[in-house]
Amino acid sequence: MGFFNRLFGRSESKSGKVAKNRLQLVLVHDRVNLSPGEMELLKDELIQVISKYVEIDQQGIEIALTNNNRTSRLTAHFPVTGARPNK
Amino acid sequence: MSATVITITSGKGGVGKTTTTANLSVALAAQGKKVVAIDADIGLRNLDVVMGLENRIVYDLVNVIEGTCRLRQAMIKDKRVDELYLIPAAQSRDKTAVTPEDMVQVVNQLRSEFDFILIDSPAGIEQGFKNAIAPADRVLIVTTPEVSAVRDADRIIGLVEAEEKGPAELVINRLRADMVKRGDMLSTEDVIDVLAINLIGIVPDDETIIISTNQGRPVVMENGSLAGQAFRNISRRLMGQEVPFVNFEDNTSFIKRLTKFFKVSG
Repeated sequence: MGFFNRLFGRSESKSGKVAKNRLQLVLVHDRVNLSPGEMELLKDELIQVISKYVEIDQQGIEIALTNNNRTSRLTAHFPVTGARPNK
Repeated sequence: MSATVITITSGKGGVGKTTTTANLSVALAAQGKKVVAIDADIGLRNLDVVMGLENRIVYDLVNVIEGTCRLRQAMIKDKRVDELYLIPAAQSRDKTAVTPEDMVQVVNQLRSEFDFILIDSPAGIEQGFKNAIAPADRVLIVTTPEVSAVRDADRIIGLVEAEEKGPAELVINRLRADMVKRGDMLSTEDVIDVLAINLIGIVPDDETIIISTNQGRPVVMENGSLAGQAFRNISRRLMGQEVPFVNFEDNTSFIKRLTKFFKVSG
């Protein structure tokens, strides 16, 4: 469907929807004063710390900053593949 | 009589704070309330010109605070509407000429005399904003349905909460129903979804606003303006009346939910 939209020169998403999605994302970061760049740094440090204790599957890590009714939430999921070697 | 002090702010400039302050002041006075509007935008005053009272300024808010004149001398009585007064801002100073404590003091001197004291906040988040919200009992935040305005409004909501003046209430200004229907503008529902605060009014984009500012006659003074009707509705909600939101956007279910929501909280 997207292909046909692009073929006929129609944008995939109406700009109003794009605006809302962008806003939600930018506000999530604004509200906790954590830029996407800083979140990457946070992620790296978290990986370092957790890896000291257990072995994690780095590909499967999910870190998300979400918002519900003006309450922000940082969640992080680390798939644990086993004990840390040489522990 | 003890006044309700309402500060109208936004964060973003140019979204309609002054227009909203002017029109709500007139609308409230036209319904028999005793109202004083205060322009807190020191250095960039505009409430006077939007209200059409610019030729009557002798003294201003800074004169009052510095003791150059008595409070009464700075109050301009609007000759078109009973019981409506304006205290203009100074044009040649800046926001550092006034402190939040100064504002609280001036407003306290007015509280026993008026039903409503409306304060037009400057744009931004610095001293001018802090001055404007210091005396507030209620805070209205004006936004347009655009990304940058909503983003700034969000910041202001947080600051208002931090100053313990919350929860703020939202005015969505310059809504274009045609664009919303086409999907090219954030809808009322989108904005409320994102900001998650109570809505007190939706004002459609309306040419009559420009015409009314050209003439210095706030649009609520005329009939037949959709924006004027919207401002009148907001004034009634401020007085505690339940006024259904006009359904510009063909989103009947959301609009109905809004009205019920407002009734419970208002």
